[in-house]
Formats: sequence, C-alpha cells, structure tokens
Amino acid sequence: MNADATPILDVRGLSLEFPVFGGAVRALNGVSLRVMPGEIVGIVGESGSGKSVTAMAALRLLPPDGYRVAEGSLHLGGDDVLAAPESIVRQWRGRRAAMIFQEPMTALNPTQRIGEQMCGVLRAHRRVRSRDALAQAESLLRDMMIPDPAQVLRAYPFELSGGMRQRVMVAMAFSCDPDLLIADEPTTALDVTVQRQVLQLLRHHARERGTAILFITHDMAVVSQLCDRVYVMYAGTVVEQGPTRRVLRDPRHPYTRGLLDGLPEGASPGTALAAIPGQVPDMRHPPSGCPFFDRCAFADEACRQRPALLPLDTDTPEPAAAGEGAAEERLLACWHPLAQPAADMPGERT
Amino acid sequence: MSYFWYQLRRSPLMLLGLLILLAVGLAVGLAGWVAPYDPEQINLVQRLAAPSAQHWFGTDEVGRDIFSRVLYGGQQSIGVGLFVAGCASVVGAIVGCFSGILGGRIDGLIMRTMDVVLSVPSLVLIMALAAALGPSLFNAMLAITLVRIPFYVRLARGQTLSIREMAYVQAAWTFGAGRRHVVRWHVVRNAASPIVVQATLDVGGAILMAAALGFIGLGAQQPTAEWGAMVATGRNFLLDQWWYTVTPGCAILVTALACNLVGDGVRDLLDPKSRVK
Repeated sequence: MNADATPILDVRGLSLEFPVFGGAVRALNGVSLRVMPGEIVGIVGESGSGKSVTAMAALRLLPPDGYRVAEGSLHLGGDDVLAAPESIVRQWRGRRAAMIFQEPMTALNPTQRIGEQMCGVLRAHRRVRSRDALAQAESLLRDMMIPDPAQVLRAYPFELSGGMRQRVMVAMAFSCDPDLLIADEPTTALDVTVQRQVLQLLRHHARERGTAILFITHDMAVVSQLCDRVYVMYAGTVVEQGPTRRVLRDPRHPYTRGLLDGLPEGASPGTALAAIPGQVPDMRHPPSGCPFFDRCAFADEACRQRPALLPLDTDTPEPAAAGEGAAEERLLACWHPLAQPAADMPGERT
Repeated sequence: MSYFWYQLRRSPLMLLGLLILLAVGLAVGLAGWVAPYDPEQINLVQRLAAPSAQHWFGTDEVGRDIFSRVLYGGQQSIGVGLFVAGCASVVGAIVGCFSGILGGRIDGLIMRTMDVVLSVPSLVLIMALAAALGPSLFNAMLAITLVRIPFYVRLARGQTLSIREMAYVQAAWTFGAGRRHVVRWHVVRNAASPIVVQATLDVGGAILMAAALGFIGLGAQQPTAEWGAMVATGRNFLLDQWWYTVTPGCAILVTALACNLVGDGVRDLLDPKSRVK
C-alpha cells in the first residue's frame, strides 16, 4: 500500500458515549483505525466491543441526539464526517462509503420489487433514465453470479433466499461505486457454503474495482479468508492490530489469543472449546486500567495502568509479502505480550 | 386476479359481504332506475300502507314509497361512509407518517392534539361539532371525519415508528436516501395495510355514525331520505306500522355488517399472520 495516499477512512482517538440514565455508556474509548484505498480491513471482537458503533459512526448513522463524541476525529475520504452538515454527509453515503448489514432477510423493502429498489439507489446519486438504471442493475446482479438477473429484478424480496438477498444487497452497495464498503457481519445469518460464496464475491469485486472494505465480524475464520489487515477490538478500544496472517499466526494480546483458542478448528473432538471467562466490562464505568484486566490470566499490578497501543518490535521479522509495506505495522496494547507463537494456527485458508 | 379468487374461496364470509355490498351498491347507486317511485312523491291516499306488491316496504305517513326512500337514502349513508373512511385515512396517514419520521417537538405537538381529540367520547364530540356547524348531512360528514382522523394518525405513527427501525430503512439511509424518499417508498408502502384495513372497517362505522346523527336530527334534513332520519321518524309508528322503522333499520344493519365482513376479509388478505385458525 502507498503510505502517502489519503486514507479512505481515518479514525483517530475517537471516544464516543451514549448518554443513559445516571451517566453515559462509553462505547468507543480512543479508537484509531485507518483504511487505505483498496484495502480489506477486518475488525474483530465480541458483542459490545464497539465494532458496529465504529461503522455507524463512519457514516454518521447513529441517532443524532443519542450520542456524544468525547474526543477524537473521523475523516472519510479526507473530509471531517463529524463536522460536516447533514446534506453533505448524505451525499457521501452510498458514494464514498456504502454499507451491508447482517440481516439480509429484512434489509430489503418487502413491498418493492428488487429492480425498483436497485434503481432507487442508482438514481438517488446519478441522473440516469430508469431504463438505463434497470440495465445497470441487471449487469450488477449478473456480476454477483446471479443466474437469471432479469427475473430477480422482477421478484419481491420474499421470493428470494437469504444468500440471494445478500447478493442483491452487495450489488446495491457496489452500485454507486463506493470507495469504501462497510460490511457489518454480512455473512452471519447465512449458512456456511453460501457464506463462502458471498465472501468470495465481495473479495473479487472489491479487488476488481479497487474498493476498500471494512469488514466487521466476530469470526476469526472469516477474517483469515478475507482481510489484509485486522484490528482486534475489546471494550471500545483496539487492543491489537496488524497484517492478518501475522496477527493470527502470532497473537500477542491474551484477548486475541483467547478468540483464536475459541475456534473449533484446532480443538480435538470431544473436548470442550476454550472460552474466555467473564464478561465485557460495564462501559458505564470504563475500567481505568487495561480493559481486559478482569478476564486476563496474566494480569498483575502493572495492568492497573492503561497500556498504550504501541508498535511491537518483532524479533522474528517476516519477509513482507507483495503489497505489504512498512505502513503495515503491528500495534499492541498490552503490558505482558504473549511471547511464543501459537503452535498451530487455525483458519488459514486464504 | 387468480390469487384474489383463491383468497375469496378461502373466506366465504368475505365473499358474502362482497356480494351484499355489490347488490346494495348497485341498487343504491342506480336508485334513479331501480326505484319504483319518486322518493319525495307525497301520496296521502296511500299513507302508512303495509308492504305489498305495489309498495315493497310499505309507505310512510305522507304516503311516500319506503323502498324508494331506502334506496335513495342509501346514497346519502353509503356516501358518508366512503367519504369519511377515505378522507380520514388519507389525511390521518399523511400526518401520522410525517409525525413519526420527524419526531421531536412537532411529533409531540401533533400527538398531544390528537390525544385531546381522543380523550372526548367520539359521539359527544361529533354531536357537538355537527351542532356547532349546523345540522346538515355535509356538516355531519365533516364532523365524523374530523373525529376519526386521530385514530389514523395514531395508527400511522405507530407503524412509522416500527418501520423506521427496520433494516431496509436503515439501509436506505446508508445509501444516502433523504427523508421524503424514505417516507414515500418505505414508510407509506409498508404502513398502508393496517390503515387500509382500518378504513374498510370504518366504512360501516361511519354509516352507523351518520345514521345516529340522522336519528337525533343532526344529519340529513327533511325531506331528504336518509336511513337514520327515517328510523327516527318511523319510531313514532313503531307499534302499528313496524315496517317504517324496520326496513331502513335493516338496510343499516345489512350494509354495516357487510362492510365489516369485507373489512375482516381485507385484513386477512393483507396480513395473513393475523388470521385466526
């Protein structure tokens, strides 16, 4: 990646709160992340770690009076999202960044034919005649490996399967040629074979058009198939980041390690899968020290101080693969990084 | 169309209601051709005659043919029913959808106004409005419409609030849709079915309302034939000339019942999940 290029999405030290009765829930606590043009970046973490909030904030889709930005900045394509007027942000939505959601079942309007909905999106951003829009929609669907696009355009959403609907959603998201595609657990509701197809489609089209993807998931296996770089989030902060292969092969944060150990691939049959004990901290009272403190086996007095996200000096440098440069640094927020590489790495199917 | 027939066969009651409405509608709509007499033709020789081949429903105290008057009266009553359901639902739906989408202070203002209207018993309010506007069928119609609007506003707003959270509306925002686009393409379309159901059910209710206003003298005025007013006058002769009251009364009953049957059928059609097996 070219380090000089403007990042598509540039989040710096973003802290965001939701005011609630008697205080505020701190959903994001100093999150920094960056997506460069054409890059596929993953965010992993369990429920409540702030993945989706980050995505929603990127397009300013959170309810306007329901949240407060405590500090930090958020730039989309070089422009400040948090300060821009609503009418401008609206133009960015769909063009600079489009989004795909988790529920393909409900993400399409049940009372409109697929064709009408796709044309609606196309015509919202460009002045095209409805016939041209329809032709364009058809070719988009064909790109999504949909066998009979003309027929799908005439169909209502209930006539399509979940995988088909998610493909339609992907086609809609690509229809305005966004620079960034934010995919919020787009394959969670699909079965495994369909999930694989959709992921391949996403990857293929993103690479072909040079679209960057911010992929939000809790599934490490999906990350390993798709992403160039990965951010591991916990309790509203990034705890570890780096190129996917290196993070997965050599997790240094106990939380990342815990997530990987929870995968069924490495476990032998009949044994219980490893689980991380405890729960995500109550973010109405965010812990002052390391957020993982309560659940970490290595926690000690030092961990009562909040660890900064710092570059990790790797003593076993890997030869940088094609397209990976110095910008692909590994960062870690932990006082006691794990030393030894994990013995066998699951989920390497890229 | 074939789907429509399939549904009809599954709900015989709706079919019955539709057939009744069709018959009543044709007879009433074509009253000018169907009615054997002029509804306001006075014939004192034939006053208060019992039903016969000549006068199917008998005659009233000035010898007017009750069958003809029921047919012409239906034009008033059914007209009121359709007008009220149509106007109240359209106005209420528009106000409700925008109230729900806009939220905030405007929403609060609209809904509190509606609460005030809803907190007064509707018949009392209708009577007060109709009396204040002056007794005439048009004013009665206006009064009923005004009182029915809040029900639709509340219904439409409730629908809007739930639709607003649907994934497809969220998705529309992410694709850069504006508020008008969302209301037009997503909210109105998906909120429509309960509103249509409510409106079909309301036709019968509005006919009853109009009849009630006619009965207490706030609706259509003499000599215009109107079902409620006819029942009211006929009441004076109930013991000896039962047909005077009973025939327009039955007309009200049958029409309102048919409207409700069709309304229930429409609900089953539009919301199959609510169908009770």
